[in-house]
Amino acid sequence: MTIRLGVPSKGRLMEKTFDWFGARGVTLSRSGSEREYAGQVEGVAGMSLVLLSAGEMPRELATGRVHFGVTGTDLVREKLPLWEQQVEPVAELGFGQADLVIAVPQAWIDVETLDDLDGAAAAFRAAHGMRLRIATKYHRLVREHLRQGGVADYALVDSQGATEGTVANETAEAIADITSSGETLLANHLKVLSEPPILRSQATLWRSRKAQVQAQDRAVIDALMAQLAL
Amino acid sequence: MITRAQTLARAAELRARFEAAGALPVETPILQSAETLLDLYGEDIRARAYVTSDALRGEQMLRPDFTVPVVQMHMEQGAEPARYTYAGEVFRRQEEDPGRASEYVQVGYEVFDRSAPAAADAEVFAQISEALRPLELRAATGDIGILMAAVAGLDTTDARKSALLRHIWRPRRFRALLDRYAGRVPAAKHREALLAGQIASAAPVIGKRTAAEIAARIEALREDAAAPPLSTAEVALLDMLLGVRETLPFALEQLRDISVDMPAIAPAVSRLGERSQALAARGVDVDALAFEASFGRASMEYYDGFVFGFFSPQHPDWPAIATGGRYDALTRRLGQGREIPAVGGVLRPGLMLELEARP
Repeated sequence: MTIRLGVPSKGRLMEKTFDWFGARGVTLSRSGSEREYAGQVEGVAGMSLVLLSAGEMPRELATGRVHFGVTGTDLVREKLPLWEQQVEPVAELGFGQADLVIAVPQAWIDVETLDDLDGAAAAFRAAHGMRLRIATKYHRLVREHLRQGGVADYALVDSQGATEGTVANETAEAIADITSSGETLLANHLKVLSEPPILRSQATLWRSRKAQVQAQDRAVIDALMAQLAL
Repeated sequence: MITRAQTLARAAELRARFEAAGALPVETPILQSAETLLDLYGEDIRARAYVTSDALRGEQMLRPDFTVPVVQMHMEQGAEPARYTYAGEVFRRQEEDPGRASEYVQVGYEVFDRSAPAAADAEVFAQISEALRPLELRAATGDIGILMAAVAGLDTTDARKSALLRHIWRPRRFRALLDRYAGRVPAAKHREALLAGQIASAAPVIGKRTAAEIAARIEALREDAAAPPLSTAEVALLDMLLGVRETLPFALEQLRDISVDMPAIAPAVSRLGERSQALAARGVDVDALAFEASFGRASMEYYDGFVFGFFSPQHPDWPAIATGGRYDALTRRLGQGREIPAVGGVLRPGLMLELEARP
């Protein structure tokens, strides 16, 4: 049995994760070709590297197939109900920062808060005979946020990509999405509500509460924590 | 451990009991149109119901309750008056509390009758109360109709009244609106600037919401800002009303006192009085029956009059063993122009058996 560490398999998130561990004396590397999703951990004995899509990480942690994993707070909170019982945040890694926000057309000068959004949704439903549509892939988080905010007469429509374009395409009236700089929103004539975001997310190292840990594994985990100075 | 067979056997007994009381047994499909349920309950239903789909029919939901399909069936083909009973599974997502069942059996009794609403309310309550008698549960009752009458009778604009009515089932939002209309919270800076005409946008109007709709809402906000605040006296009366929590005779007395200053609720309060008499005539001990004016507000159901629930005093963390109420507005919305006063309730044989096994 080894301790399995899950790391995003692609792009900047993978590189920054490698850098973060590297700076703490734990060297992560892919084995074989660029296409192969396997790798090694050097610096702590008894560990293995699993390269995964960041979106699958919450599930892998929740089932305990990986002991540790790196992914965004947004994905953990969206995909894992009662997430605190399934995973534990070990360290925020200081990159991949993004906010989950609600954005509406800039032309809606009357809408700045959830309260306004609710008022606009009521009037929209009366005028159009349909609920005001909000495009998102974060269904659970957005629905809970709107419920807490007392917003009625809206409907979520699923959008797995290019969400900022849905308003101009008239498949939604507003959106809820992750943004880091807000530039894409601006370019699409959208603005963020002036209230705090639904969630502030960043790349985080999580520990699974479900993964099986044998007696000899505890020493590996202790060594990892010591090496990472956590 | 209660087996599924035991639960189904108890459900059949309860249904037979309601049949003997004159109800027609009915069955409804498990797959329900997601569109209908979303239209009624809003997006929140997705957090509570299982959604599935196929390429031909689109989204369907696993029956989260029987009320909607029974009302639909009655509106299509029912004779009047009608009494129905049913037994079967309902499905509820339980993502926040894994201890709660996501599939359980309900047995229901529903009355569609125009002639005597108080008697029909009492009949449903008494039938369910009688079936639960050996369990010695705590009953709670309320009346959403009194709250709705109080809001409709406020001395303020129609726009404010409809906003409050729209949020009667969301107590926190209702309170926030009430505080604002009473002038208890200062207007936001952005709102002030907007109404002063200081906010403009050169951005293109994208999406289905038009420039005219934006202008209309600003005009509505302006009218609202110009409208006088709700009087302190009216807000105090409404607070007093929301706080009524007594046995039924004392609650009636308090509500009658409130209705002297709030005459809009008088007809609804006298209906409560009639219901109390009808309950007593059915043998319900109304002197011991709890009435809470706010009861039933946090549920998502479409109750708009009498509401009730039965709870286990030994297991306050359990869901209600039985719930019910009047839902005239639901029949209006599903009836496409037609309507019929309706009242009903459901009980959970599985929970009843568990209570008997560990009281």
